[in-house]
Amino acid sequence: MLQPEGPAPSLDEAAAKLAEAQAILQSSTASLPLVCLGDAIDLGADAEGGVMKGHGTMMAGEAQLQATVCGLVERVNKLVSVRALKGRYTAQVGDVVVGRVTEVAQKRWKMDVNGKQDAALLLASVNLPGGVQRRRTNVDELNMRELYQENDLISAEVQQINQGDGAVALHTRSAKYGKLQGGQLVTVAPYLIKRLKQHFVALAAPLDVGIILGCNGYVWIGSKDLVDAGGRDEDEGMEAAGPSGQVDLQLRERMCRVANAVRALAALGLPVHPPAIVEVCNLSGLLRVEIKDMLGPEFLAQVAYREADRRQAEGDAQPMDH
Amino acid sequence: MEYVSPEGLRLDGRRPKEVRQLKCELAVLHRADGSAYLEMGNTKVLATVYGPHEVSQRSQSLHDRALVHCEYSMATFSTGERRRRPKGDRRSVELSLVIRQSMEAAILTHLLPRTQIDIYVQVLQADGGTRAACINAATLALADAGVPMRDLVASCAAGYLNGTPLLDLNYVEDSAGGPDLTVALLPKAEKVTLLQMDSKLPLDTFEAVLGLAMDGCKAIAAHMRQALLEHTRKQAVVRGPVRL
Repeated sequence: MLQPEGPAPSLDEAAAKLAEAQAILQSSTASLPLVCLGDAIDLGADAEGGVMKGHGTMMAGEAQLQATVCGLVERVNKLVSVRALKGRYTAQVGDVVVGRVTEVAQKRWKMDVNGKQDAALLLASVNLPGGVQRRRTNVDELNMRELYQENDLISAEVQQINQGDGAVALHTRSAKYGKLQGGQLVTVAPYLIKRLKQHFVALAAPLDVGIILGCNGYVWIGSKDLVDAGGRDEDEGMEAAGPSGQVDLQLRERMCRVANAVRALAALGLPVHPPAIVEVCNLSGLLRVEIKDMLGPEFLAQVAYREADRRQAEGDAQPMDH
Repeated sequence: MEYVSPEGLRLDGRRPKEVRQLKCELAVLHRADGSAYLEMGNTKVLATVYGPHEVSQRSQSLHDRALVHCEYSMATFSTGERRRRPKGDRRSVELSLVIRQSMEAAILTHLLPRTQIDIYVQVLQADGGTRAACINAATLALADAGVPMRDLVASCAAGYLNGTPLLDLNYVEDSAGGPDLTVALLPKAEKVTLLQMDSKLPLDTFEAVLGLAMDGCKAIAAHMRQALLEHTRKQAVVRGPVRL
């Protein structure tokens, strides 16, 4: 299956191959409890004890649940919920997110985190550079733009979610959070990113870059410094840029390879997580695929085949987890 | 003109109670939150959904439910005569409103306070029943976007020509000047979210035509449900188990 040499296949051939590889992935029909919106949820025999409606469900008549989104039925004791396979990011407290400042408002920054509404980063929940204590004066409210401006990218953590309207509050009260510079942002669908123990990941040697897997689907790819212990220097020296604001070419190429690996996974609808990213990067190196060709159908087909093989080897029968 | 032949066949070869061939594709645009392409015979429609997202004009924000915004447009090449269609003409404003209202009846807007949902529907080829096709496409796009809804909204037109109730009129039948009834239905609860008719119809015939249109809606809903389930299955299987 690995053919680094030989005549390059035509685009149609490659597309057909990709379609075939995707079909193999999809044909692994483990019986999943899928429902369409509007369907009654089959609760089986053990529904006597009563059920509780979770997300994605509503009561239709007595003791009858109906799905309000298309997706997978999940059950925890009495609680039944339906998880949609697509949709905007739904925040949970403690999630690491990457966001973009859309507005500098009164004592807060409004951030786009790909959610149903913009998140708020309060001035009171950021660490000032150098770790100095903030003096609550009007002056530093006026100087907020010196810290973060519109369109700045920021890594942060979800601090709180308002139960009433779902408004999200963020904080950057740790050395690892803050402004992101000297790297690139890749946006993928938020459902492709699973919650992990570590969302700041340093990829090992030949790649040698750092990534932040924002739970909201925003993936930041930058230098390794942003992950290494201690986080950023006090004067925001975390960025890969040297004093001249330049990132050296080798690092840029490595970052691009990782970024395209993320894009390739997302294009195929495969989950984006560190081992998968490393594997795609290694595969591209093995096949001597150039960075610019990593999003072509030939390489995508290879990635899909690789994933299909892996699933077959693992026995395919496992239920989905998350 | 004869719209139903003595053999009981219509101009395009259908029986009176037959809907046109349906074809739907989901998630056709990757930049949108949800999208759907729908063909009902020769009527072809593309629907796109963005959101729920932050309300773009803050004064319009509703504190207890989502703001639904809908825009209907027809492509210049959608009809026999090619012409530019201005954006705010009366027909498209009315249709935007109709689509919005029937979708709002199904969306659980109270779950999404202070947000906005944008629905854009474009007719690529018009052959009668665009209203119904637009509503069906919008439902599919909303379902693809993962917006919570009470039920699918299925819509279908029906008419009455040559003393026969006809289901799912095409352009020629539509322009015959007979009554044209468009119904949108929440099939599970059998609740009508839209009922529109041009021209007049005796009451007893009306009931027959309405019943026919509702049956058509149910058939279309069943087809859309199959398409959505198949789409969901593909998505779920590609994602597969995660190894960590």
